[in-house]
Amino acid sequence: MKSTDVKTPDSGRPMVKAEGVHKSFGHIEVLKGIDLEVAPREVFCLVGPSGSGKSTFLRCINHLEKINAGRLYVDGELVGYRQKGDKLYELRDREVALKRRDIGMVFQRFNLFPHMTALENVMEAPIQVKRESKAVARERAVRLLDRVGLSDRAGNYPAQLSGGQQQRVAIARALAMEPKLMLFDEPTSALDPELVGEVLDVMRGLAEDGMTMIVVTHEMGFAREVGDSLVFMDGGVVVESGHPRDVLTNPQQDRTKAFLSKVL
Amino acid sequence: MTDPLDKVPTPGPQGADPKDGGNGGDHGATVVAAAHPEAIKAIPVRHYGRWIGSVVVLALLGLLVKAFADAQIQWNVVGEKLLDGTFAWGAWETLKITVLSMAIGVVLGAILAVMRLSPNPVLSSVAWAYIWFFRGTPVLVQIFLWFNLSLVFATLDLGPIYKNEMNDVMTPFVAALLALGLNEAAYMAEITRAGIQSVDTGQTEAAHALGMKGSQTMRRIVLPQAMRVIIPPTGNEFINMLKTSSLAFAIGYGELFLRGRQLGSRTLAVMESLIIVSIWYLALTTVFSVGQYYLERHYARGSNRTLPPTPMQRLKAQLTSFRVPSQVGGKTV
Repeated sequence: MKSTDVKTPDSGRPMVKAEGVHKSFGHIEVLKGIDLEVAPREVFCLVGPSGSGKSTFLRCINHLEKINAGRLYVDGELVGYRQKGDKLYELRDREVALKRRDIGMVFQRFNLFPHMTALENVMEAPIQVKRESKAVARERAVRLLDRVGLSDRAGNYPAQLSGGQQQRVAIARALAMEPKLMLFDEPTSALDPELVGEVLDVMRGLAEDGMTMIVVTHEMGFAREVGDSLVFMDGGVVVESGHPRDVLTNPQQDRTKAFLSKVL
Repeated sequence: MTDPLDKVPTPGPQGADPKDGGNGGDHGATVVAAAHPEAIKAIPVRHYGRWIGSVVVLALLGLLVKAFADAQIQWNVVGEKLLDGTFAWGAWETLKITVLSMAIGVVLGAILAVMRLSPNPVLSSVAWAYIWFFRGTPVLVQIFLWFNLSLVFATLDLGPIYKNEMNDVMTPFVAALLALGLNEAAYMAEITRAGIQSVDTGQTEAAHALGMKGSQTMRRIVLPQAMRVIIPPTGNEFINMLKTSSLAFAIGYGELFLRGRQLGSRTLAVMESLIIVSIWYLALTTVFSVGQYYLERHYARGSNRTLPPTPMQRLKAQLTSFRVPSQVGGKTV
């Protein structure tokens, strides 16, 4: 792994670039040609109705789903494949795993490891994947839990935490791998309304620190306030995109208007 | 964590300090106590059926005890021979074959389960066929198949590594161990597969998203969680195996049951030896049931908010609750 030429965020190269991305599950075409670019340090919001393909697209970015057509690049490198000449070679599982190290993901249903404490959840990947020593991993995990405001909860198991606390641990767990890109898949949709704020606060802090973030969300307030760009998806295509303020306050497409009139 | 609803029913005057998490609400508590309605004093329902049922069952039990007391059982023989060395050795042999064949069963079963779930069609079919054969034939037949293997393979020839007469290799112990262990593997494979499949796919996705490889995900994330589902039926299998191992008497393996048969035919105290053997089996299964409880408790970590108390802790709590007058309404024990 040559890390020297990898982490150059301001090279002008997009962090994520999608060209005509298609994805089908059986006969159902979920993504029908997605083209978009996410710049480094950008907070990129994906909004749209259920079933519009936004979560699927997010999962394609770290190859949890395989795309059927098109090209998807993360930091200039093809996702899931290696190109030699005009031939594509599928990457081996361990090569895919290697690339996923740099991409953090936060799930709607948290997916914390229930048999580990909050601290162990955050320490697990650096120890197993990066072969870090326990001391180093613990030191960072303590710092990250402090950053998400949960230093007093380090010894608790996920079942002993509220939804908002679990999601903040999940964010700390993803950050422990020091990713260059963070994917958020409806991070607040499974939370009680009063717990949404604490998670959004953590995400806002991340954005301020310059993390590149792609956020699938229904929180239009967050998108408007923190987002740098916003894409409205429906039926597997990008309907409208632009700065969140413009799209949300002055949508051009009828479908966008109809959707926003329901959620705002 | 204080539930915000806890605060609602205590109408503290001048709207108590919000930082006062509902604990220091002495003031509010007296208000509530004063308004507390009179406790209900009603005549409880009489359960005549329960009394009749208890009397009938106890009477039947009494008859059973009397029947055995009057029966021609030489209880003194039971008492004398119970701790005889031959049974202690038999119990040791039973324990040995049980532990070793369960070890084979658990390890091979885990391998078979992973093979069965593998996307490789050859591996999954082979695992399927293995389970089909070993679950589909009686274990007693399998014991005899192994024991008589020399009829079809005169020598065991592993090339340069090992070569010997099959008859010398296939002792009763080895034949019983192979039969019980390989048979058990088929059952353990299904138990393990069910355990692996019970773990939410989100767990695998989360591990993959963090960059963990398939083997790491299985070892660190999936299997520890599957254990909670795997342990209870495995404990069951272990206790079954303690008893099933008695089938090895048929090929002359000196476990508990064989010892009982030998004593019975030598002294003609057939029933007495069978009673002794039963007592030994009960003792073994009881010990392992207790062990299973603690193992299950260990793997329940994280699935419950608080671990259930151990029997000792429960006993202690009960004893202390006798000593200290119970705290009315308090959750503390």
